[in-house]
Amino acid sequence: METFELLLHGFSVALQPTNLMWALVGSVLGTAIGILPGIGPALTIALLLPVTTALAPTSAFIMFAGILYGAMYGGSTTSILLNTPGEAGSMMTALEGNKMARAGRGAAALATAAIGSFVAGTIATLALTFAAPAVAELAFYFKPTDYFAITALAFCSVAVVMGTSRTRGFVSLFLGIAIGVIGIDTMTGQPRLTFGNMQLLRGIALTVVLVSLFAVGEILYVASRYRTTPGVMAPIKGQLWMTKQDFARSWKPWLRGTAIGFPMGALPGSGSEIPTMLSYTLERKLTKYPEEFGKGAIEGVAGPEAANNAAAAGILVPLLTLGLPTSATAAVLLAAFQNYGLQPGPFLFTSNPALIWGLIASLYVGNVMLLVLNLPLVGIWVQLLRIPRPQLYAGILVFAMIGVWGLAGSWVDLTIMLVVGLAGYVMRVYDFPIAPVLIGLILGPMAETQLRTALAAGQGNPLVLVSTPLSAIFITLAVLLLALPILLKRLRANA
Amino acid sequence: MNFTKTLAALAMTAALGTGAASAQVNVMLPAAPGGGWDGTGRQAFQALNDAGIYTGGVNFTNTGGAGGTVGLAEFLGTSTGQPDALAVFGAITVGAIALNNSPINLAEFRPVARLTAEYLVVAVAADSPYNTLADLVAAVKADPGAHPIGGGSAGGVDHIAVALLAQAGEIPVADLNYIPQTSGAETVTAIVNGTLTAGVSGTSEFAQFAEQGRIKLLAVTSAERRPNLPDVPTFHEAGYDVEIANWRGILAAPGAPDDNYATWVDNFTKLSQSDAWKAVLAAQGWEDYFLAGEEFGAFIAEETATQGQILKDAGLVN
Repeated sequence: METFELLLHGFSVALQPTNLMWALVGSVLGTAIGILPGIGPALTIALLLPVTTALAPTSAFIMFAGILYGAMYGGSTTSILLNTPGEAGSMMTALEGNKMARAGRGAAALATAAIGSFVAGTIATLALTFAAPAVAELAFYFKPTDYFAITALAFCSVAVVMGTSRTRGFVSLFLGIAIGVIGIDTMTGQPRLTFGNMQLLRGIALTVVLVSLFAVGEILYVASRYRTTPGVMAPIKGQLWMTKQDFARSWKPWLRGTAIGFPMGALPGSGSEIPTMLSYTLERKLTKYPEEFGKGAIEGVAGPEAANNAAAAGILVPLLTLGLPTSATAAVLLAAFQNYGLQPGPFLFTSNPALIWGLIASLYVGNVMLLVLNLPLVGIWVQLLRIPRPQLYAGILVFAMIGVWGLAGSWVDLTIMLVVGLAGYVMRVYDFPIAPVLIGLILGPMAETQLRTALAAGQGNPLVLVSTPLSAIFITLAVLLLALPILLKRLRANA
Repeated sequence: MNFTKTLAALAMTAALGTGAASAQVNVMLPAAPGGGWDGTGRQAFQALNDAGIYTGGVNFTNTGGAGGTVGLAEFLGTSTGQPDALAVFGAITVGAIALNNSPINLAEFRPVARLTAEYLVVAVAADSPYNTLADLVAAVKADPGAHPIGGGSAGGVDHIAVALLAQAGEIPVADLNYIPQTSGAETVTAIVNGTLTAGVSGTSEFAQFAEQGRIKLLAVTSAERRPNLPDVPTFHEAGYDVEIANWRGILAAPGAPDDNYATWVDNFTKLSQSDAWKAVLAAQGWEDYFLAGEEFGAFIAEETATQGQILKDAGLVN
């Protein structure tokens, strides 16, 4: 009951006209960047970080949350109409959605995506509302060894699952961890990998790396493969609403997608890609119309679209309650909290209830706004895709550089941006996944601190790392993840 | 150089969408926006303005990292010999310089004023068997390794307070199991979940968690009991001759002309007596810890010596 009162209080914060306006700004911006391929919510929020000096924290986070949710809505539009995912989480949507659009059922695909996003977003926000305060109490039971085990599992899963080979995955991961080590070691105060450069003492900011990889690396890649013929956009045809049969075939995938997306989003390293893939695979197995899959099955749009929105809410659970970022977007949000001198974690619920509950309430408000923005107005949004690519990407590059300069006004940051951006381009060309770099950079310092704290508190005994039930389970899972595929291959070869 | 600075100001203005007035004094805040040093600098100049002591333009630069040494190094490079260039720094900078082998020598700068201080408290979990500082010290003395103590970064004031307490309690400093935490809230979490036997942090940070019943406050590092924590004894009362504060102050650039330097010492002296500043101290919960000019310089030299010795004893500096 207490949660309900706090939530009502949150609504009184979220419904203030200024906060409503910021929610709208965030939703519009989020939808726009979701629609435009190549720009994601993490990059957008990173570029907007300098506004934190001018904006009250509650308003800023309400806007950021709108961007996070909006990107998941907008991403589906591009996937369906252009067959290019606007967002990593919309990759699976393109498979069936674009086929539907070409078969003249684009409107139904867009509708099931938007309504599915709304249903999933609302249910997942409800889950967040009631789970968050309980999870926050867990912070008092989780020990450093548990955190280390969680990060170790995240490292293994992200390196094994993402990308074309596990070698590439681990190379990316270790690159990220190495970048994370640069700067003053917080445990001893000693400089590491700074090469005597004073500017490097404060480390390389996540936002700089993120902007470099996503903006510079990605844009160089797109430019290097630019063809003057634009992609074929499927026209929006068919009824603007779903038929009865569409509904009957959509509602179960929506719920299943939510059930997969929310908990997966809360786990470190899975991001929004893995839950959407799982949801797609599940729908394909469960469908009564297997012959339609690959030719435009509505279940293949409904499930993944629900899953990516639920995952977006899921990442907020560990972020707000434990201060544990599980994706690049969450890590940028964490940086925003730190800009305000706020430390997400159990104490934020008691020390700053207006911010937390205002943010959660604004997620409900934002979901309604996004449904209105995306369902009837989709025709306006697709006009964004008519912006010529050269101008669009050049514009992003300029904004990225201004954004990086705005973070600290440092030439060193701009140099790092150039170097990391070029590295990002090379990685793209040779199929090295980007996500493990970011996970390594985000969770690496945390894994290291927790490992050293656990060992120091356990006076150097390595068994302390599996001394709690949770850590034993997670470390076992991580080892299995690494060893199982190899073992299976051996077994199969022997058989 | 001036051209690049103008460009920098322009780009900042464009990026932040805020207008910067033509600056008459440049102030280096060697921390990220939102922290204690950032607040000290900005609030002090706001109060100087409100009290009518200094109403000219102020151009702030935030360069965080490494206990302020990164910002001070930049300040040294850009502002040496300049008449109106100031930097905020504090007790943490003193330890960080020794720890990082930083080329910065605080004696090169001109000491303007020490402004504020915050005292530290030692806390244990609410259900801990230790009820006094003496209980805790006795337990740590019996087996230092099995009683990890946490607080701020290595070599920071929290760590130095623990080291001083250990010395006073005749525990070899090098035997302490000190585990740095990233924030006061993290320290509390680690105390509650049993990772740490005890923790150290600023009074304002720990007081709220004691009110929530998560932790017990054992002792405070001030000379007298704090008015907002009347039940918490001082280290002296508990039988340990330790007194330490996390102080913050203002430096002028090395080689600043005598006239300008004297004006700034005078400005901050007036500030310390103004109602505007007293209101800021009350609102922020900061202790008045004012000391100006050469006396402050002597204090910095003394702190450099004591902190350097402690870090050596703790085995953190060779």
